[in-house]
Amino acid sequence: MSAAAYGAHAAEPSHARTGVLLFIVSEVTLFGAFFASYFVLRGASAAWPPTPDLHRPDLPLVALNTLVLLSSSVTMQRAVAAVARGDRASSSRLLGATLGLGLTFLLVQAFEFSRNGFGIGDGVFGSTFYTLTGFHGAHVSAGLLAIGALLRRANLGLLGAANAGAAEAVSYYWHFVDVVWLVLFTTVYVL
Amino acid sequence: MSAVPLSRPSRAGLVREGGLVRGAIAGLGGYALGALLASALGSAKGVEDPTPHAVALGYALGVVGWIWGLGGLDGWLAWALGRERSEAPAAEGWRRYLAFTTDHKVIGVQYLVTSLALFVVAGLAGLVIRVHLAVPSSKILGVGDFNTAMGLHGTIMIGVALIAVVGGLGNYLVPLMIGARDMAFPRLNALSYWILLPAGLAIVASPLAGGFDTGWTAYPPLSVRGPLGQELYILTLVTVGASSILGAVNFLTTVMRLRAPGMTLWRLPIFVWAMTATAIIVVIATSALAAALTMLLFDRLLGTAFFDPRRGGDPLLYLHVFWFYSHPAVYVMAMPAFGVVLDVLPVHARKPLFAYRLAAISFLAIVVLSLIVWGHHLYVAGMDPRLHGPFMVLTELISVPTGVVFLAALGTIWLGRIRLTTPMLFALGWLSNFVIGGITGIFLADVPTDIQLTDSYFVVAHFHYTIVGGMIFGLFTGLYHWFPKITGRMYDERLGRLHFALFFASFNLTFLPLFWAGIHGMRRRVADYPPELAGVNLFVTVAAFAMAIATAVFLWNAVRSWARGPRAAADPWRAHTLEWRTSSPPPSVNFPTPPAVGAPYGYGARPPAGEAAGK
Repeated sequence: MSAAAYGAHAAEPSHARTGVLLFIVSEVTLFGAFFASYFVLRGASAAWPPTPDLHRPDLPLVALNTLVLLSSSVTMQRAVAAVARGDRASSSRLLGATLGLGLTFLLVQAFEFSRNGFGIGDGVFGSTFYTLTGFHGAHVSAGLLAIGALLRRANLGLLGAANAGAAEAVSYYWHFVDVVWLVLFTTVYVL
Repeated sequence: MSAVPLSRPSRAGLVREGGLVRGAIAGLGGYALGALLASALGSAKGVEDPTPHAVALGYALGVVGWIWGLGGLDGWLAWALGRERSEAPAAEGWRRYLAFTTDHKVIGVQYLVTSLALFVVAGLAGLVIRVHLAVPSSKILGVGDFNTAMGLHGTIMIGVALIAVVGGLGNYLVPLMIGARDMAFPRLNALSYWILLPAGLAIVASPLAGGFDTGWTAYPPLSVRGPLGQELYILTLVTVGASSILGAVNFLTTVMRLRAPGMTLWRLPIFVWAMTATAIIVVIATSALAAALTMLLFDRLLGTAFFDPRRGGDPLLYLHVFWFYSHPAVYVMAMPAFGVVLDVLPVHARKPLFAYRLAAISFLAIVVLSLIVWGHHLYVAGMDPRLHGPFMVLTELISVPTGVVFLAALGTIWLGRIRLTTPMLFALGWLSNFVIGGITGIFLADVPTDIQLTDSYFVVAHFHYTIVGGMIFGLFTGLYHWFPKITGRMYDERLGRLHFALFFASFNLTFLPLFWAGIHGMRRRVADYPPELAGVNLFVTVAAFAMAIATAVFLWNAVRSWARGPRAAADPWRAHTLEWRTSSPPPSVNFPTPPAVGAPYGYGARPPAGEAAGK
C-alpha cells in the first residue's frame, strides 16, 4: 500500500474480495463438517438408504438442475467481466440471467423435495439429505440476495469499473456455492 | 465537532433513527413475529408443543430486528438499494458506547466492559458452586440447580475467554499497532459486537427456562432431551461463533491490507502475530461448532437422527465435530494472551523481545497442531483405540511451540532491567501459572494417565491454570498496560499491586489443591464428593472468595481511576509500538498521516533504527 492510499477504507472493493475469500474458508469447514457427518453415518449403516421403503430422488431432474446452477456461474463470470469494462447494459442483462437461473434452481429443488417420499425425520438418511441440501439452498438464497443488490445497482448505473471488486467478491461466493453443489450432487445423489 | 445539536432527539426521533430504543422494540417485534410464525407452522404440522420452535425462530428474527433497529443494517441496505446515504452524525462522548458505532476503539471498549460484566456474572455462578461444595452431602442447591450453575459458569466463562482479549484488546490495539485508521470492515466489526448482546441475554435467562444439565459441552443424548434452557445454550453459542468468524475475517483482512507503509510482516508487534494466528484458527475451525450445534438443534426441533443411535445416529459424531472446534478454541482463548504478555514483557524489562521470529512462527505452528489434536478429549468416549496413539503424539507435539513461547518470555526478562509495575507482575504471574498449566496438560495428553484422570478435578484444575492462569492473567496484564492508552488516565499502582498479590495467591490456593482432590477421586460436574475430601473443599471455597475480593479490588481501581485518575502521558511506559505514538486516548482517526514504522522492540542501549528514522 502506498502512502498516498493511506486511509483507504471499507469502500475499497479489494478488501471485500479478501474478506469473501476468508469467509469461504470458514464455509468450507461448515460444509466439510456436514459432509463428514454424512459419510460417518452412511458408512455405519449396512445399506443406503438404510430402510427399503425409502427411495433416493430421481436423477434426471436433479442433473438438469445441476446444469442450471452451473450455467449461472458462467453468466456470473461474464457479468463480472461486463462490470469491469463498464458495460452497463450487459452487466444488467447477465446479472439478471444469473438471478433467474438461481431462482429456477431453487424452484426446481422445491419441486423435487415435494416429490421425495421422505422427510427430514426419516432416520439418518432424511436428516443428512435435507440438512445438506437445505444448507446449500440457504447459501444459494443468500447469494441471490447479493446478486439482486448488484443488479439493482447496475440498473441504476451505480456499478461501474470503479467498484468491480464488489461484483467480483460476490462471484467468488457464487462459484463456491456451485462447487459445493457439485460435491453434494456427486455424493448425495449419484454415489 | 462544533455544531453539536443542543436539542435532545424527540421521542419520535428515537424510534425513527437507529438506536437502543428502536433496537429493543424491533428485537421484541422480530421475536414475536418469529414465535408466532413458528407456532402457526407447528400447529399446522401437528407438532405437540411448538414452544421450542417458537423460541428458536423468535430468537433468529429477534436478532435481525435488534440489529436493524440499532441502525446496523442501514449502510448495507442503502448500498443494496443504490440509495445515497447521508452518514448520520456519529454519537459523541459516552453515547458512542451505547450506539452502533464503527470506531474500532469504541468497539474494543464495548467488548471489554461487556466481558468484564459477564466475567462477574460467571464468577458469581462459580462462587455458588463453591458454596454448595464447601461441605460434603450439601443440600444448598438441588441437583438440577447445581448443574445449571455449573453450566452457566462454564459457558459464560468460555464466552468471556473467547471475546475479552480478542474482541476487546484485539479490536482496540490491532489497527493502532499496524498504523491503520480502523478495521477493514468497520460496520461488520460493530455487527459482531452487537449480535452478542441477545446471546448474552439468552444464556443469562436460561435458568428461567429450566437451565441445562450438560455443562458447557452439551453432549448428546442428554442435550437432545434437556429442557428449553439447553436450546438457549445452543442459540447463544451459535451466535458467539458467528460473531467470532466475522471478527476473524475482519482482523485478517485488516492485517493483510491495512498495514501502514513500512509495516512489514517482521515488524508486526507480537500481539498482532498472535491475533493473526488466532484469527486463522477461528476462520478454519469455528464453523464446525456451528455444524455440531445445528445438528443438535435439528435433533431437538425437527426430529433428525444425527445423534440418535436407535435410528442410525451416533453420539460420538457430536464429540468429534464439537471438539474439532472446541479444542482449537482453547488456543483462541490463550494465544492472544500469550501475545499480550510477550508484548508487555520487553517494555517493562527494557530489552528486545527474545526470539521474536521464532515466537511468531510458533504461533503459526500452534494453529496447525491445534487443528489435529481434538481426539485427546475422546480417549474414554469410545473412540477407536487405534486413534489414541496418533492423537497422543500430536498433542504432545504442541508443547514444542508453546515451549518456545515460554522461552521467548524467559529470554526477554533474562538480565533485563525489570520494572515491577502491575502489568509486569501479572505477566510474571502468567509465566509461573503457564508452567503448571502446561505440565499438568501432559498428563491429560498421555493416554494411560488421562484414562485415570478423565472427568476428575485434576482436569478442572488443569484447564483453570491454562485459562485463568494463562488467559485471564494475560487479560489483566493487558488491561493494566494499556489502561492509560485506552482511558487517558493512570490506574492506581498500589491498588493494582494489591490486586495482583491477592489474585495470584488466591488463584493458586484455589486451584492447586484441586489437582490433589482430583487424584484422590473428586469427580468433575458432580454435586457431591467423598467425605474425606471435606477439608480441601472448604479450603478451596474460602480461597475462591478471596479471588472474588481481588476482582472487586480491580473493578474499584478501574472505575475510580477511569473517573479521576491522574492524566496519562501519550507514552507513559516509553514503549516503541505504534499505539503509543498517538495521544492517550487516541484521536478518532488514530493517525492523521502514516506513522513512521520501525522495529517494534528496539529497547536497550542503542536507539532503535525506526525511532531514529521517525525523528
